[in-house]
Amino acid sequence: MAKDEDKPDRESRRAIRARQRALGRELRRHYDSVVEEPVPNDFLDLLRKIDHRRNGGEDS
Amino acid sequence: MTDDNATREKKPPASEADSTFKADLLELIPFLRAFARSLCGNPETADDLAQETLVKAWQARASFSPGTNLKAWLFTILRNQFYSDRRRAWRQAPWDEEQAERIPGSGGEQGWAADLSDTVRALATLSDEQREALILVGAGGFSYEDAARICNCAVGTVKSRVARARKSLLDILEGTESLPPAPHKPEGDAANEIMAELDRLSQPAADRAPSSRGDKGTGR
Repeated sequence: MAKDEDKPDRESRRAIRARQRALGRELRRHYDSVVEEPVPNDFLDLLRKIDHRRNGGEDS
Repeated sequence: MTDDNATREKKPPASEADSTFKADLLELIPFLRAFARSLCGNPETADDLAQETLVKAWQARASFSPGTNLKAWLFTILRNQFYSDRRRAWRQAPWDEEQAERIPGSGGEQGWAADLSDTVRALATLSDEQREALILVGAGGFSYEDAARICNCAVGTVKSRVARARKSLLDILEGTESLPPAPHKPEGDAANEIMAELDRLSQPAADRAPSSRGDKGTGR
């Protein structure tokens, strides 16, 4: 089993690709599930505050 | 920091560039959160990290060249922040097992919860470098070139990290390799306690020892 990369027949190459695609879908689903969460209010507040901070004039 | 709270009303109108930048930041928050979550695992730590990133990005906004890839620029800041936070607070586990453990118990209304959990748990076994490369390329949709810029390494390095990450995930998910319960041995005891607790819970009630430091001999 350890050596099946040595001469992968067409069948197993296809199987590997299929599994990689499935893995890719899984990763994207995990990532997208966070992307699709509503942005917590903390973040919106932070952006508002960041804006107010402008007139502090202490940018560097 | 300054005493401008009282004078908040007198805020001058933001320059056009600033408000564009801010609108862009706002749009990219979900992606920052997703990348942060992939790096830290723990949702709360991840959101803190994403917020720190926003502040840093705002402070450094003058150094961003408009028209270039803002998402990649932000991810770079986030990643740097992640590693510098990690160095500061080393007692934290590199990857929070909690997240992986929380998913399967969370109701099971989704059929894929178990698979997702396996994938998430398998992700935890990867090195940070492999995990971030795989997430950027495999989930975030970044090119190898952009991922290399974000991770500050060569394109070839990203490619090989992604390839190795894929291979070991597949090995794990297909059962060639076993999924270790505690991939990273953290300095603190918290994760060990969680694992010990899980060991206890997975035993029949009668067998539960009051104190099991049940390291199953997967030796350090």
